[in-house]
This record gives sequence, C-alpha cells and structure tokens, in this order.
Amino acid sequence: MGRRVLITGLDTFWGGRMAQALEVKPDVEMILGLGTKEPRVPLERTEFVRSDQKYSILSRIVRATQVDTIVHTFLETNSLAVPGRALHEINVIGTLNLLAAAGASGASVRKVVVKSSTHVYGANEKDPTWFREEDTRTGPVRTKLERSLLEVESLVRDFADDNPHLAVTVLRFANVLGTDIVTPISHNLRRRLLPCIAGFDPLVQFVEEDDVVRALEFVTANRVPGVFNVAGAGKLPWSEVASIAGAHLLPLPPVRPRLFVAPLDRLGGVRFPPETEGLMRYGRGVDTTRLVDEGFVYRYTSAGAVHSFARANNLRRATGSGAPEYRYEQDVEQFFRHSPAVVRGIDT
Amino acid sequence: MPEVSDDRVETAGPARDHGHPDDRDLIEAVVEYAAGHTPDDTGAPPAELTGATVSYLPVAAERDRPAGAPVDDARMSDVDEWGRSEHVRELTRRLYDPMYRYWFRVEWEGLEKIPTEGGALLIANHAGAIPADAPAIMHGVETELGRPVYGLADYFFRTLPGIGTLWSRSGGVPAHPDNAYRILHDQQQLALVFPEGTKATSKTYSDRYRLRRFGRGGFVEIAMRAGVPVVPIAVVGAEEAMPILFRIGGVAKALKLPYFPVTANSLLLGPLGYMTYFPAKFKLRVLDPITFDVEPGQERYSRSRVMDEAERIRSVMQDTLHDMLRERRSVWFG
Repeated sequence: MGRRVLITGLDTFWGGRMAQALEVKPDVEMILGLGTKEPRVPLERTEFVRSDQKYSILSRIVRATQVDTIVHTFLETNSLAVPGRALHEINVIGTLNLLAAAGASGASVRKVVVKSSTHVYGANEKDPTWFREEDTRTGPVRTKLERSLLEVESLVRDFADDNPHLAVTVLRFANVLGTDIVTPISHNLRRRLLPCIAGFDPLVQFVEEDDVVRALEFVTANRVPGVFNVAGAGKLPWSEVASIAGAHLLPLPPVRPRLFVAPLDRLGGVRFPPETEGLMRYGRGVDTTRLVDEGFVYRYTSAGAVHSFARANNLRRATGSGAPEYRYEQDVEQFFRHSPAVVRGIDT
Repeated sequence: MPEVSDDRVETAGPARDHGHPDDRDLIEAVVEYAAGHTPDDTGAPPAELTGATVSYLPVAAERDRPAGAPVDDARMSDVDEWGRSEHVRELTRRLYDPMYRYWFRVEWEGLEKIPTEGGALLIANHAGAIPADAPAIMHGVETELGRPVYGLADYFFRTLPGIGTLWSRSGGVPAHPDNAYRILHDQQQLALVFPEGTKATSKTYSDRYRLRRFGRGGFVEIAMRAGVPVVPIAVVGAEEAMPILFRIGGVAKALKLPYFPVTANSLLLGPLGYMTYFPAKFKLRVLDPITFDVEPGQERYSRSRVMDEAERIRSVMQDTLHDMLRERRSVWFG
C-alpha cells in the first residue's frame, strides 16, 4: 500500500507546492489537503477538505482516511499577514489540535513533519555566527511570532516524547526567497526599496523556495526524526541582497526604527515586520550540516536564492503581471477526480 | 567534490540568455561540470540550472547527483561568512600601518613561536580604555607572519552602529565558544582572545599591569576541545596609551556602555582624546605555546583542570610582564 499523506494549509503557498510535488510520486497513494480557502494552484489528484484554521474536525478526518503521514505546512511565519490573535490561533491552537488528532489512540499516523522557522532562534548580539539545532536563543522573546513558534515547537517536542513510535521531524527554514514566494523581504525588493538600519549591515541566509519544497519532500520520503535547520550555504550582507536584486537601501535610524514604518508603508509600501528588526541588526546564521549529513542536497546557496528571486523579478518587470490566476472550481475538480465517466490512467 | 568557481558560472549566465554559438561549448562544459551530467542534444541547459522552472527530480536521483553543485551564487561583495571583507581589511591595514610602525613602534620578541600553520589560540593581556593591543597584535601577526588573525571581541561591539560593522568587516568576530571552535578546529586558523575581558580594559591606571581574573577559564576549555595550543602574548605599552583615571558609573548606565572611562587623553584633548592614543612604546613578547594532554572534541572537561591551567597561564604571563617592566627604562622609548 502506498503512503497516505495529509497536508495542512493546502490553500497557502507551501501547502499547494507540497501537494504538487507529492502528486507526481507514484508511491504516494492518497493526498488530502486541508485549507480554510480553496487551493490556489491546480492539483491533479489531491483531495481538498475545507476546515477552519483550528482543525476541529481533524481527528475524524484522520480516522476516516487512515493517513500515515501529516505534513504541517500551515504555520504562519509573517506577523504582518494575520492579526496577532489569529496568529496564535493558527500556529498554536492549530498545532495543538493537529497533534491531538495524530496522537489519538488507534490513529494510523506514523510520521509528522512540521515546517517551522529559524525565527525561533531570534537575532541578538550574543548569538553565535552559526546556530546548531540544539542551541537555544540568547536573547529574550520579543515578538508575538517568535513566541507562537516557540510554543509550537515545544508542543511538538512534547508530542515526540509522548509518541516515541512516531517519526516527528521539525524543519526550521531560514528566510525564503525565490521565483514566486511573496514575503515582506521579497515584497520590499520588488518595490526596489529595502529598509535597513543605519550603521548595520548584518549577514543573512536565505533558502530558495524549491529547496524548501525539496527538503519537506525529503523528510516526508525518508525517516529522519529530529529537528533540522534548512538554509542555503553561506551568508551574505544585507546590502548585497539589495544590490543583487537591484533595490535601493532605505536607512532607518538605529533607535526605534519601526517607529517610521507606518508612514513608510503608506508612502512606498515598505514592509517591516517586528520579527525582522533583530535580523536587520545582527543577522542570523544556522548550521545546516545535520540535514546534509542525512543526505539532503541543496540546489541553491544563500546568494543563489537571491539571484533566483532577482531573475524571476526581472522577468516579471519585463512582461508585466505574473502567471494567470488559477481558480478552483469545486464541480469540475470533483468530476475529474471521481466521475465514472473519466477514464483514468491515460495522459491527458 | 567538484566545485564551480563563481566566475565560471558568471560566464555562463549572460551567454545562456542569448545563446551565443561561440559560447555554446563553454556553457556545455560548465553545465556538465556543474550538474554532473551531459546536456541533451539541443544544447539547452537542464531546467534545474535555469532556475525559472520547477523541475522535479525524485529524491533517489538527487542523491545520485554529485553534490556541491549549487549554481548561480555569484557574489557582488567579498564579505565572507564571518563578515570579513578583504577590501576593507586591506584598507584598514594600510591606514593602520603608520600607527603601528611610527606611533607605537611595535617590537616583537619570539614571533617565531606562533605556529605558521594549523589552529592556535592567541591570548594576551588587555589594557586601555579603548584597547590598542588588539589591532597591534592582529596587524603584527598578519603582516609579519602573513596569517590572518580572527579577533574575538565582546559582543557589545556588535550593538554599535557603524563601528560594529566596520569591526566585523576588518576581521573581528563576536566572542562565542562556538565561533572560536569553528575558527580553531574546523578552519585551523589563528584566533585572538583576551581572557580578562572588559575587567581589564575598565581598570584604572593605578591597577596597570595587574592581570585580572581569567574569566572562568573558557579559553582553556576551547583550546582543549579544538585540540590546539594556547600561545600567550605579553603586551607592554597598551596601559599607557590610553590610561583610565576614573570611571563614571551613572553615565555608563545611561548610555548602556559596559563602562564610561575618563582617560588622561580626554582630560588633555577633550572628546578628541577618545580617538587619540599616547605614543607609548609597544613591546610584545610571545611565550612558549602550551598544549594540553587531553582528548580533543569532548563536551566537557574537568573544571578543576581547566581552572588550574588558566591560573598557571595567568601567573606565567604576570611574571613575564614583570620581567619586561623591569627591563623597561622609558614608557615612551622602551
């Protein structure tokens, strides 16, 4: 019997990309995606179930579908995307319910993959140049996002301790850049205006979006329990990110830089989430040897991820708007997936 | 493991877009070299190299692909993973050299005791409100031995706008046991630490050349773990270059500084005094390297052993300083 995979956040960027990646794998028998909204990418055989962000119906779904792998991509890592209250609901309460369903007695789940972020390390002056997975952060938790992610990871840790027969993998991703993803940083780079803190030019790491999906796939296909950092090799200065992407630096005063954000956002659409303030002062580096030792091969370095973004951005600028929007049509999707009229197994 | 140098990839970059026939062979060579497989008949680079399309490869095939082939990472600056820039370092070396040569007239003794290859942990006594000993040691070793020195400094440096960045670009690294281990063990380089820390630089002139406590002996533990020798350096002169008369605790607290010194220089020259050193004669003596007869790579080492070694090194350095001061006839002329 092939693997039966459940993906959370099918309507988000990562959930959609992960489902697409799993669909071409013959050994994945069934893919089930949960989302609060319709999927935003075309999918061949993934089943979509609408649920609220707290997954209250999750234990029923897990029982009914006998999934063996849960890929939890629906963790919000950008505090500007949702209000603070919703951030807690999505990240902490969502994970809580997910793990409760996965650990219920008689549940068929054998593997849980969680997509976390290197934001859990924070960014402080006392940081080592490279964080290893077992290192703890050196400064206090200052932002809601970091607090919620740390809470999520502690829930996952407890879950792994309570369920030693399950393979629980946590991937901590560095800031992502790539061809399609929109993050506060890529948003600023697209507007050719990258805020920085005057007098600071920190070293940062990026991971390319394809490497993110490939890393998720890698830990889904192989049994690699534990916590892993995922980031492109090398580090580069913040100013170099701007120059590769063809953006101008916008220096903010070193004292209370975020005070200037509201007018900037209104004037030039400059995004500056609170969790990136430390990053823009002290940068962050994570040691990625643990996942590499497991056999994962990166396709992009940190600088390569920025180049990948820059090339896609050049194309966007040259051709105007991006790819046509995909719209999920419930009836059509149901027809192709389940109607006896459709002859399956032929290449359409 | 094949490695693609930045410039080769860059050559392939523009040519790939225009498909210039003359460059075809080069592209293919680079592509073949980078991706580890032959391009197809059309001569087009494989999809994963263009980066624009998501070409899915199963994980098993990924594993068979030769590693170390991430492409398109051409850099636009020369800042390395520690934040050092060779351009900035070259510039600061050129600016600092006259100071080293003609102001402090730095004189070394026993420079040959510093290993010319492999990792080693240099330690020295620390002095002066804004210590002049760190650049002197780093510049000296780098110019005379041609080996880079990674100066491990208090993380406080990082919090200063401008200065923190400049310090990092010119070769400073935040003092963290992990960083020291990577520099000494993984990269087999020279690292410089001041075991006394800010306790030494904040001491007043009346305490000159009296070594403070060597922290908790962390430097010994790092050298043991990395399996490298400790090379002590005794520095005479830095105490007199910027002597502290007294400290104002309230100002330090208000400015969030580790200490706020009132120096002799600042009494004479005002604020300019914090940028001007007295031309004290610098004499540096390198002591015999100390190796520890322990198994490297352990998580922990006996605390008493570490403290004993630290104390032993401290007393040797203190004795050496006294020797050097006995022989010194003038603060300014040595």
